[in-house]
Amino acid sequence: MSATLHREGIRHTPGQRLGRFLVTLLTVAAVVWAIRTVEIIPEFLSDAPEQMADLLVRMWPPDLGHYYPSVHAALMETLHIATLGTLLGIALAMPFALMAARNICRSVLLNTLAQLVLVSSRSVNSLVWALIFVAVFGPGPAAGVFAIAFRSIGFVGKLMAEALEEAHPGPVEALTATGASWPLRMLKGVWPQVQPSFWGVALFRWDINLRESAVLGLVGAGGIGVVLDDAINFFQWERVATILLAILAVVLLAEILVTRIRARLL
Amino acid sequence: MRRAFAPNWPARIGLFVLAAYAVWATSQLGITGERLATGLGEGGRFLARMWPPDFSRWELLLEGLVESMQIAVISTVLGIILSLPLGLMAARNLSPAWLSAPTRGFIAVCRSLHYVIVAILFVKAIGFGALAGVAALTVASLGFVAKLFAEAIEEISMKQVEAVRASGAGPAAVLLYGVLPQVASRFIGFSLYQLDSNLRNSTLVGIVGAGGIGGTLFAAFKRFDYDFVAAILLAIIALIFVAEIVAGRIRAALQ
Amino acid sequence: MTQPILEIRGLVKEYQPGKPVLHGIDLAIGAQGITAIIGPSGTGKSTLLRCVNRLVEPTKGSIMMGGQDLARLRGGALRAARRRIGMVFQEYNLVERLSVMENVLTGRLGYVPLWRAWLRRYPRADLDRAFALLDAVGLPEHATRRADALSGGQRQRVGIARALMQSPALLLADEPTSSLDPRTAVEVMELMARLTGEAGVPVIVNIHNVELAKRFAVRIIGMTGGRIVFDGPPDAIGNDHLSEIYGGEDWI
Repeated sequence: MSATLHREGIRHTPGQRLGRFLVTLLTVAAVVWAIRTVEIIPEFLSDAPEQMADLLVRMWPPDLGHYYPSVHAALMETLHIATLGTLLGIALAMPFALMAARNICRSVLLNTLAQLVLVSSRSVNSLVWALIFVAVFGPGPAAGVFAIAFRSIGFVGKLMAEALEEAHPGPVEALTATGASWPLRMLKGVWPQVQPSFWGVALFRWDINLRESAVLGLVGAGGIGVVLDDAINFFQWERVATILLAILAVVLLAEILVTRIRARLL
Repeated sequence: MRRAFAPNWPARIGLFVLAAYAVWATSQLGITGERLATGLGEGGRFLARMWPPDFSRWELLLEGLVESMQIAVISTVLGIILSLPLGLMAARNLSPAWLSAPTRGFIAVCRSLHYVIVAILFVKAIGFGALAGVAALTVASLGFVAKLFAEAIEEISMKQVEAVRASGAGPAAVLLYGVLPQVASRFIGFSLYQLDSNLRNSTLVGIVGAGGIGGTLFAAFKRFDYDFVAAILLAIIALIFVAEIVAGRIRAALQ
Repeated sequence: MTQPILEIRGLVKEYQPGKPVLHGIDLAIGAQGITAIIGPSGTGKSTLLRCVNRLVEPTKGSIMMGGQDLARLRGGALRAARRRIGMVFQEYNLVERLSVMENVLTGRLGYVPLWRAWLRRYPRADLDRAFALLDAVGLPEHATRRADALSGGQRQRVGIARALMQSPALLLADEPTSSLDPRTAVEVMELMARLTGEAGVPVIVNIHNVELAKRFAVRIIGMTGGRIVFDGPPDAIGNDHLSEIYGGEDWI
């Protein structure tokens, strides 16, 4: 690249190079530290592939006879948990989204408060929410619905607050000028603008919730996870395989469905 | 008389069906007002028992957090190393269909199974401990990172690749000079994102016995040690917060 | 002049303390005809208009209309005052994802309760009036089209219909033609002049185009630097006035 032998191609300033070097060093140090100190039993590691292969062999062929009725019922329960949890989560999230959007709520205190609620909801995983609600409601799908809902608040609330902040102020100003009250300005000026994002976010979250609600049963919060846990504890591997296939099928179907609907919405 | 509004029947029916479904599904799950009312009372007692958080067993807490971080780092690195060839194999513009189609299928399966389910399977197959967590999160990382890698590769400009090829470069040189420069910065972005999400997830896989702070958390829940639970939750949230800030700094440094 | 419909006294607006945009405006608007406010950009024309219906909060002064001081109103009383003042905007400010009909009916939002607006159960009289207005602005076939499918001139016609839907006692128009091509601008001004003339609604219009102002207004207000420097009939405005309002004279 260089025109004469004495020139050097310099891609980065010294500062950039230092930054890159530090990041690289940090990465390598972290990896070396993690590998050298992690407690992994060498015997486990050496026969892991063999054990894994053994497990897969025992799962094959999946016994589809197990599907009806118990797995089917649990799958439906999972579907209900995901859908109701999403609906409840959206209902709970909307007030916080309105409070967090700085163009709609002018109080910095309320903005911050709403952000705090949204961040807390997102920082706690739905499985941990499930543990909490199992402690509150006892084992069962009610705990699952609330776990899904509380985890969804942060996600839906954050994305909706962003959508609200992107809404054009012009139409709302025009409605203000006609003498419309606050709820009417929201209904006729803001809602039509954020409606496409709203359905997109709702569908997106439902898709995620369907995946997450499949594992809630592992901590007793209802759904197909309960059946999976039982089957694993009783070493019924063909049954486990059936359940996994059922989950896989539902998750893939939901993803296709959501992609289709979202494409039509836009 | 002229019509003021075009009636939107699909939307009306859709909303009605959704509302009817919500009522029906609620009854199916046996969720009643009575149950929620007792739950609220329990919730109050539960919160009261969480306060104040008990940090006296901080050594146990720290041990769990450190193990979670180790799991996150190792699984991210493994995931990325395995994702590089997988992403390339799955990219439809650089790989033949007989290779890209099955690779895409494999990636889709990795992505569709929740990491906690994968973790259980690994725990049953290779035993309790961090190894199962590493394996599970590596699989999860594969599903996400390889897919994003493949998409990034599919979006590159083939003109640049052709130009490098036209200079007589071999396949490795084409990858190094024609493909990598176009995708490198996005790859680093995806990798950082995955490290962040693996760190979150590594605090959980312990619930099914795959190592990390999750095991400590689950044990505390089972013993009704709710003040210790509060301490663990606060520690996890703090860890995730710090990780997010560090990731943001690194991103800024690399720009 | 007959009894004024709007009387502004000592109106001051400061967006930042100590930096007034309007330096004590005194202005009375008659009950008939179009009053055009001309002046360079950033001189406070738009702020003046928005102080009248309180889209902008005045810092000092009074705005009397129908025996009320608009500058002091709050809550429900403010909304009731706003619905008697129609407004037409430079960028039309239509709700783009709603139909033309719904946009026109938003002019009734100061009158109808929430449930009616939500279920779109507007009173029959409102619907009939909305159709009549759509006919009047020349868009009879577009009622169910979405607002974002219209051209700029069509959108501004909807904007005018929306403002008249309020049955206003006063119409404010903030640069209603600045986003339109010259021919459409004239058509829109003609339409606004005709409809408000028929309804007997006085209009205050901010406008850049001096020729348009002279052609349609009965009275011209010249503003510069947040002060009124000219006030008189269109034929009284001369090049010396224009150079005082806009500064310089090479452009005239």
